[in-house]
Parts: sequence; structure tokens; C-alpha cells
Amino acid sequence: MSAGVELDHVTVRFGQFTAVDDATLDIKGGEFFSFLGPSGCGKTTILRTVSGFLDPSAGKVRIGGQDMAGIGPNKRPTALIFQNLALFPLMTVSENITYGLRVRGVSRAERMKKAGELLELIALPGQGNKLVSELSGGQKQRVAIARALAVQPKVLLLDEPLSALDLKLRQHMRNELRAIQQQVGITFIYITHDQGEALTMSDRIAVMSDGVIQQVADGKTVYDNPDTPFVASFVGENNPFTGRVVSADATIAVIETAHGPLRGRNPKNLKAGDKAILFVRPESFRLGQGEAQATVAAETLSAAFEGNATHVFLKGSTKKDVTVTVARHGGNRIPAQGERAAIHYDPAMSVILPEGKLARE
Amino acid sequence: MSSRLLVFLIPVIVIAIFWVMAKMERGVAHDPTHKGFFERNGTVLGVTFIVLVAFWTLFLVTLPYLYMVVESFHPKLPPMQRGGPDDVLTLEQYKSFFVTPTDGTWNTNHMSAFVFSLIASVLVTAFNFAFSYPLAYYMAQAGTAQKVRLIMLGLIVPYWVNEILRAFSLRLLLASKGLINQALMGIGITSEPIDFLSIDVGLYVGLSYAYLLVMVFPLYNAIESLDKNQIEAARDLGAPWWKIHRDVVIPYAKPGIASGCTMVFMLAAGSLAAPQFLGGPSTLWFTSIVYDFFFQAFNWPRGAAYAFILLAACIAFVMMMLRLFRVSLGETIK
Repeated sequence: MSAGVELDHVTVRFGQFTAVDDATLDIKGGEFFSFLGPSGCGKTTILRTVSGFLDPSAGKVRIGGQDMAGIGPNKRPTALIFQNLALFPLMTVSENITYGLRVRGVSRAERMKKAGELLELIALPGQGNKLVSELSGGQKQRVAIARALAVQPKVLLLDEPLSALDLKLRQHMRNELRAIQQQVGITFIYITHDQGEALTMSDRIAVMSDGVIQQVADGKTVYDNPDTPFVASFVGENNPFTGRVVSADATIAVIETAHGPLRGRNPKNLKAGDKAILFVRPESFRLGQGEAQATVAAETLSAAFEGNATHVFLKGSTKKDVTVTVARHGGNRIPAQGERAAIHYDPAMSVILPEGKLARE
Repeated sequence: MSSRLLVFLIPVIVIAIFWVMAKMERGVAHDPTHKGFFERNGTVLGVTFIVLVAFWTLFLVTLPYLYMVVESFHPKLPPMQRGGPDDVLTLEQYKSFFVTPTDGTWNTNHMSAFVFSLIASVLVTAFNFAFSYPLAYYMAQAGTAQKVRLIMLGLIVPYWVNEILRAFSLRLLLASKGLINQALMGIGITSEPIDFLSIDVGLYVGLSYAYLLVMVFPLYNAIESLDKNQIEAARDLGAPWWKIHRDVVIPYAKPGIASGCTMVFMLAAGSLAAPQFLGGPSTLWFTSIVYDFFFQAFNWPRGAAYAFILLAACIAFVMMMLRLFRVSLGETIK
């Protein structure tokens, strides 16, 4: 049982401050949907609006087609997993998991049975009588998921639930969350500032900045075909080259930058004279001279060896360095510090977007 | 006299026992890096600390109580006979609480005052809690910072007014021709004035008000540290507001509740001024009896015995309640 969530021109204001500005999107039932953005971008506000703790200043939230206006968080078919989990410290694991059933008046025997099932699902069988404080971070995480699932929500809302875990556990929990979502088949709405989490788990991602949804697409599209400079610079590493378009056709445009004219894809149909930014990802660069309008030459500042690859930093025209990821295979000589190095890229792997705000480093 | 002075040896003996135990402990587990008290603080400072702490704990706290305990086990004698052959140890004073010494009948007068005082204190505590909990919850979780400051001010400022003024202004309010009766008669709810004071309404209101802060602040402290997400989590899981309080807030605030209730109960049971000023003419508060033994009858031994009966009963009652609600004593004084 899952339900879709529709945001229909939702705006949330706190006094003068607009936290969410006219958000419209349609999350399908059973989808793993992520909101990705830096802190303060309004993603948590959206989550609280869907769960019912906040009322939109304008617009409508519909869950399963039903307008949620005037329906409190305790009456909505949603369950929320808090960033700090908010497990009840004075209750046992089982009591935590079945609390939602208890307030619904489900009998004790039935609650115990349900607790057993859910403990099985989260791979903590027989641990129901422990206190929450006796569990490890990852176990607490799973108890929070079980507690939310116990009330059989149609939509599960997750507010950066992995942020408190260490890296290894976080990566493990990603897979686990995805597996649980596929098993229970309900809609997951996931809030995160970690693009790795969003990219690996989600069916679709909404990238947000300053209360505005910048792009809604699957992970690959967001990465390869960003809609705005913010998306291009926030999701993954990217090297921006600002300038003015000098010539353009339907597929390719040439932009005059501090490093000379450079070519890139032109998905936004920019015209000659438009202010624009060319984005080339570090892994799209290759060392050495390439074709004329796809080569950048600059002084080498430093190199960082990271095992599977080496990041080489060249002096850029702005404060930001140009980053090149050099894969670890034979023949690549890492340029020495101070050496003038040439790098080139395939214009098909780059994108030129109209000028706009970049994500802060 | 000697039997009275003997009791002052008790603290000395206790200190000596601890000192010997400390010595032995040091002999068993000798830690070469450990520095003695005087080594750490220097002789002058060390002696000053010890003298100050000893003065406080022995002279100001322990000895007066010990003296009272001893006193309560002696007969009332004129000063000339104290220390004489008649000055023997006796349970007479404690017995007099149950059996009137003059005629040997049950001392119902004092016993009923005792029971009434305890029951009334329980009621005051309950009333106080019922009023303070919503207020403390609002201050700790719901209110904006500005409103909370206003409420704090509203709670604290009236305490600058002295107790007598407060008690008598309440009397004025509740008297037969007081504001409340006139208002009630004015809007026609009652034709006759209600004698609030003789039915002890004044007593309950006065006592509850007197110890309001003692209840509000422990509650506020306890609830304030509760993570808001806990409340929201319970709400999100479908709990209506009263179940959130029953299952999440009250269990969490239990130590604060226990602390507040204990203090209000103890203070109410031992209060003197409010019952005297606000109690009805037939109301006899137990502490008033104790007061009278000390200052009217000059019967210190009996007054002391009564006071210890009250103290023992209060402690026993509080311990029983803590036990019942499964709160440890340590938690309540956190």
C-alpha cells in the first residue's frame, strides 16, 4: 500500500523569510524520492509540510490524491524518521516499535506479534526487550525505521537519518534502506545534503537551493544533464568556466573564457552574446593537448594522490582551481608542481548553461 | 545533664570511625601519586576548609537537631531539676501524642489535626501539580521565549511581597464581604456569601500559591530538557495530545515531578503562617500545636517529640510514594 504525494504550488513562509517558494511536483506511489540540497535550502521544511507539522502558506499538499489541509500529523498516512531518530529512551525496543499501534488501541498480543515481525525485518530478532540505550548507532537507526513502518504508513519520510552514522555504516545503511523500501513497497521521501546518498538510493531526485526546486530527475540525468549552474556545481565535482557565447548551433556552442574559446553541448539553446558557464567534470578531462577549442593549459598547483586516482589542480582564471581527475592506468605522467600542463576534454561530455548562481564550495 | 551532653559525642565518634576507615583504606591500596588533603591545599587553607565545613555541618546542622532528639526523650522539668534524679530518659512525650497524659484517653484532638494536616498537604500538592504542570509544559516546550520571560516575571515578582501581606490580601479576597463573594452575589450565582475561609478554601489556595514556584521550577527544568522531536515523534505516530503527555512527557519528567511534589508536600506539612492566617476557626494545623508547645506551654520536650513524629511521617510517606512511582531518591535531587 503506497500513495503518491503531490505538491501543488506549495509556498512556506516564516515571517518575511520564504523557506519554500512555489514548489510543485508529483511523487509517484512506491517511489524512492530524494530532496537534495545544502542546509537551509528548504528541504526539511518540505518534509515537515508533508508530515503535517507545518501548514503551507499557500498551495496544497495531496497524499494519495487527498488534500491534507487541516489534517494533523497524527492523522496523516505518513510516518517520519527524525534526524536524531527521537526514539523514546524510557521504552524498550519493542515498546518503541509498537508505540504507534498502542495509541491506536491494538491489543498487546497483536503488538507483540507485530514487533516480532518487524524485528525480523530489521535483522534484530529477539532484541525487543533491550533498552534503546543498549543499541549501537546502526541498530537504533533500524529501530527507528521499524517504529515508523509499524503504523503501516503509505509514505515514509526520512530526514537525513544517516547523518549521525560513520562513513562505513552509512554506506551499509544506504543499501539496507533501499532493500527495505523495495520489500515494503511504500513511497520513501528522503531528505539529504549528501549527493552520494541521493544518487545511490533514489529513483528520482529534486535538487533544491534557496527554497526553489532547481531540477527534478533521476540521478543520472541530474549528473549528466543539469538544468542550472547550481545543480551542475552542487551535484558532484565540476569545473565552471564563465564567459560569453561567441557562436552556437542546436547542439554545440562556443564560449569565450579566460582560457580562450571552448566548446560544449548547448542544451539550453543559447545564442551568441549570451552570458554562460561551461561545465567540465574533473573525470572528463584528459592530460595532454587535444583539439583546439577543447584544450585548457595552465600552471600546475598541486596533485593529490587518492589511491584509485590522482587529482591534479591547475591554476584557474578565478579563485577556484581547475580540478582534473587522472585515472590510474599506465602512461599518465602527473605534471610536476609549477609545470604548465595542457588538458583536454570531449565537448560532448561538457555542458554550457546560462549564467546563474553556483553552489558554495 | 550528662545524658544530654553524651549525645554530642555521636558526631565525634562517627568522624573518628571514618577517619580510622580512611587510614586503613590508605594502608591497603597505597597510591604513590596520591597527595594528601593538606599537601594539595596547604596547611592554612586546609585547616580553614575543615574548620568552616565542620562548623557548618556540626554546629549549625547536626548538633541542634541532635539536641532536639535528646530533648524529646526527656520529661518537661523546671530548670532547677534538669540534670537531677527526675531527668530520666522516657518515651512519655511520644506517648502523649497518642494518649492524653492527664486523663489517659485517646488524644484524638492532636491525632486528627495530624491526619488532617497530612491529607490537606497531599491535596495541596495535588492541586499545585495540576496547576503547575500545564504552566511548566507551556514554558518549557510550547511558549515563545518572550512569553516565557513574561510568565517567569509574573511568577517571581509576587514572591517579593512578604508572606503576611500575601496571606491577608488573600483573606480580603475570600472574606464574606470580600471581592469574590460580592462578585458572585452580584451576578446572582449565590444569594448568601460563601464562607470560603471556614471551609478551608483560603488554606488550600494560600498554601498552593505559597509553594507554586517550588513545584513549577523542577517541572520546568525536567520538561525543558525533553527533546521536542520526542513529542513530535509521538504525535506523528498517531498519539493524541493526552497520550503524548501520558507516555512521553510525564515519564520523562518523573524525577522533576517527584522532586516538586516532595518539596511542596514537605513544606506544606511543615508550614506555619498560611494555616494560621488562612485556616478556618476550627482548623487545627499540626505545626500550630508544635508551635504552641514550644512558645505557649514552654514544653520543649513534647514540642520536639511532636515535630519528630511529623518529620518521620512525612519522610515515610514520601519514601512510600517514591517507591510506588519507582523513582529513586537520587533522581529527585538531580
